Parts: sequence; structure tokens; C-alpha cells
Amino acid sequence: MKIVVCVSLVPDTTTKVKIAGSGRIIDESGVSFVLNPYDEFAVEEAVQLKEKNGGEVIAISFGTDKYKEAIKKAFQMGADTGVLIKSLTTDFDSFVVAKNLANEIKEISPDVILFGKQSIDYDGVLIPQMVGEILNIPAINIVVKLEIKDGKVIAEREIEGGKEIVESNMPVIIGTQKGINNPRYPNLKSIMASKSKPIAEKNPVYTDNVTEVIEMRLPPSKSKGKILSDGASSVPELVKLLREEAKVL
Amino acid sequence: MSNKILAFVESKDNKFKNPAFEVVSESKKLADALGCEFEVLSVNDCDENMLKSLGDYGAKKINHVSLNQLNSIHAGNQFVYSHPAISKTIGEFFNKNGFNILIISGTTFGREISPSVAIKTSCAICPDCIDIKISDNKIIATKPVYAGKSLIDVIFKSENILLNLRPNVFKPVKQNSNDAFIENIDVNTLNISESDFKTIVKNVEVSSGKLDVAEADRIVSGGRGLRGPEHFNLIENLASVLGAATGASRAVVDAGWRQHSDQVGQTGKTVSPSLYIACGISGAIQHLAGMSTSKCIVAINKDKDAPIFQIADYGIIGDVFEILPALTEEIKKLS
Repeated sequence: MKIVVCVSLVPDTTTKVKIAGSGRIIDESGVSFVLNPYDEFAVEEAVQLKEKNGGEVIAISFGTDKYKEAIKKAFQMGADTGVLIKSLTTDFDSFVVAKNLANEIKEISPDVILFGKQSIDYDGVLIPQMVGEILNIPAINIVVKLEIKDGKVIAEREIEGGKEIVESNMPVIIGTQKGINNPRYPNLKSIMASKSKPIAEKNPVYTDNVTEVIEMRLPPSKSKGKILSDGASSVPELVKLLREEAKVL
Repeated sequence: MSNKILAFVESKDNKFKNPAFEVVSESKKLADALGCEFEVLSVNDCDENMLKSLGDYGAKKINHVSLNQLNSIHAGNQFVYSHPAISKTIGEFFNKNGFNILIISGTTFGREISPSVAIKTSCAICPDCIDIKISDNKIIATKPVYAGKSLIDVIFKSENILLNLRPNVFKPVKQNSNDAFIENIDVNTLNISESDFKTIVKNVEVSSGKLDVAEADRIVSGGRGLRGPEHFNLIENLASVLGAATGASRAVVDAGWRQHSDQVGQTGKTVSPSLYIACGISGAIQHLAGMSTSKCIVAINKDKDAPIFQIADYGIIGDVFEILPALTEEIKKLS
């Protein structure tokens, strides 16, 4: 089985966001970058598919040179080879990412393509379905359970208040949601093995953004709240405030 | 070039809920601001009264495609619907009728179909919008990023634009009159074939009657301060008298005390209810990212220095084990 997993590099979840001088992007100083958390589920699913079916896992990424770190983390978890489509700029939108990943996936011609459901920087939830549309490959996102049997795909998708059972043929694009598996921790052996795995570098085939960020700002700050300090005795006053002042009861 | 807006409205069990009304209201608001027309498209088997109810929010022309008729194009076993077939339906209708702006609710369904619809219609897309402004007759969309730790204003470089509206943010606005009329669209005019049914939803499983955190207007959330899964009945009791959904911090989900579907936060759900009560939750930055846009935040925690109090509108410093039962009782008295 030929399996592609698409990975991205993002600021870790403890990052306190500061706006850069340009007023349009974050200030990256002091920020720790990691493999996108949702991509860990995608890599784990990819490696499990390889372990079950044989084959190879190719980790691909679109981004600047530092995105190689995301591919290396995928190597540590068991991906075999990597491709970085190297952007010369940090200013690219989801459409550019999707066009470039789609082009690379088309050249590889895999059976399964895995993504994390969204990257936690942009939170777009766009790429898996965009790539599916560009390549005319079925795509299912927010997947919490994946079953592939005799060329048939059965996926459970998380929706509000429940799940959808979705079927498709192969090749298929799957966007992974937390809960689909438990991503493995790399051990010393897999970390050592990862050091010799190759990452091919390619040029982008498409660079025209269709959207532009004109401003980034912090959310409006809140005025100080009314915090009562008499424990259970404060309950009647709280309820009065919620009813009469906040009008939420 | 004049604008023409298409509002796609989602239904559940052939009924429209808030997401549909929010989309119609906002589309009318944009159409008025841009001085242009807007129409509605729905794909379902709602009855005429249900379709006409969209007129209460300003819809005039309601284009309706029968889901049963659409589904009959797929030869095969029984299924509920197909996302890509609906995407094709929307794309064809949009392209054939001179629209350039498409508004779809940012529900799970809306966000699953919108990226492919955007490609089919050559729309630049902004998912998860929390505000839309017009400047010089051009659209500026505001979107939270980094799990809401910052906001971006986005402009579009293409004529065609698709906007997903974050649910529960835009206000449904009722109009004084209802001038809606329905136009039934024959699915055979939309160039749809078997190959468009790339994926099919075979079945929908509903979680046991629990109100989902993503859809709730009120949420009572619990964290490590509850000290164990057995104490979450305090959360559930309060949620019950408030008609609220129950939420959870990542810590208690990872500990196995609560289900992942309850998790609110950066790697859980982002919610924006009218009332969010955080109990025994310290307020780690990742949790705040999931609920900080809630309209009214109440915090209950015995630690006066807990970060949650920084963003709470109201709160009580004290023991959740004493406060929650007292709060539940006090609220029961209101009804």
C-alpha cells in the first residue's frame, strides 16, 4: 500500500500570541514550533496502515525550510521518505498549499492520503477537501475511525451530537480527528533510524494567493469581571447578577 | 460588475434551525449593504411552510432541490446523502445563475462541503468568519486563528467569494413581512451524475439524547477541580436545570473521566455560547482558546489566582462541592 501523509509545522499550544511589527502575522521570537498536533494522528494512522498492509509511508509538506522538522517527526514515528515542497515565502494561503500538495500527490499516485483535520495556526479545515476536489479523489474529514477492507473504505465522521458512517472507494483522502488512535512516542531506535531517511526538496508549482491578510490583532480585551468571594453564600448574589445584569437567566 | 449573493441553507430532519436563519439574515444584511440581490438555495425535502419560514428572515426567492430526487441519481444501496453530490448541486446552481458571493453556515456539514464548493465555483474562501464588513464596496472577513488567540481581517483577490459563518455569532433578524416564494429546481438541469457520489453517508448515529457542546447555547464545564469522574453529577445536575450541555477540560478527558466530544479547548471544540460556566477549571491558555468568545463567562474555583478569573465576567471563589449544589438549587427556584 502506498500511503501519503501531509504534515505541517505550527506554534505549539502553549504559545502566547504576540503580533509582529507588520501588524499582519505573529511575532515568532521565542515561539516553539512542533508537528501540527492533528497531524500526529494522521502519521500514526499511516504507520498503522503500513504495518497492517505492507508498503511505504511518504510524508510530504509545503512550507519553508523549517517545515522539514515536521517531516523528521513523522520519520521518528515510522514514515519512510519525505518531500518538502519548499516555499520561498512565509506568505501563502490555503489554496496555494492545496494546489502544491495536490500536484505532488498526483505524481506519487498513492492509495491513501492522510491529513490532520486542520492545522492549529490557521484552523481552516480546508486542505483535505480542497485537495480532494482538485484531484477528483473522495475525501472524508473529521474521521475518528477508519476501516479499509478489500478496496472499500468505511469511515466514522464526528458530527454535532453523533457520528456519520461514510463509505467510499480508493484512493481516498482522510482527515484525522483526535480519538482515531493513540500516536506512538518515538523510541531511541526509531529516532536513530529516522536520521538517515531522505527528504527530497521540490519547487512550488503554484504561488498565487487568493486571499490576503490585511490585519492581525489580539481579541478585544475584557473588562474586569465581578468575582465574589463568599463561597456558597455568594450564590444568590451571582444568580441575581446573571439574571438582572447579564440577562442570561 | 454587480454582486449577486447565494445563501445555502442547511436543514436537519427537514427542519431549519438557527444556522439557516443566521445565514439568511446575514445574506440580507450584505445584500442591502452592497445594493444587490440575494437568493436562497436549499437541498432537502422540507415542506412548503418550512421553506417559506426563511422568508421571515428576509429571503425572497427560495430555490429548492429535492434531496430525494438528487439521491435517486445514485444507483446502489440505501444511504442518507452524499456530501460531494450536494457540493456539485451547489456549484452548478451558483455557476449557472451568475452569483459571485456564497454564504454557508460553518457547521460541521457546512465546513465539509465548502472547500470543494469553493474550488468548483472559483471562490476564494474564508471559513469560520465571526464578522463581515464592507469597505469601498469590498468584503472584509474576520476570522479567529491560533484557536482564537488572535483575529485576522481577510480580503479577497477573486471576484467570487465563499464565506462560512461561525454558528451562534451572527444574529437571526426577523423582518416585518414575509415575501418568500419557492422555485423548485429540477435536479436534471444540474449536470449531476453517478460519478459525483464519490462518498456516501450510509448512516447517522445520534449520541444518546445528550445536547452537543457545539450546538448548545449554555454550557456547564468541569475540570480537575471536580477531583474524580464520580463528582461530575454536580456538573450534570446544574446543566440539567439550565438546559445546558456539559463540557470538559482536556485534563479530565485525557484522564478518561469524560468523553472527547465534551472537550472544550484548542484540541477540542471551540464554543461561543451565551453562558459558559467553568467549574474547577484553572483556565490554561489552551482551554481559554476554546471558550473565550462565550458571551458570558462564569468561573467557580477555589484558587483566587486561577487564570480563568482573568477572563470571567462573573465568578465565585470557593469550593465547587459547596457552590454547585447551592447554585443548582438557586436556579431551580427561578422556574
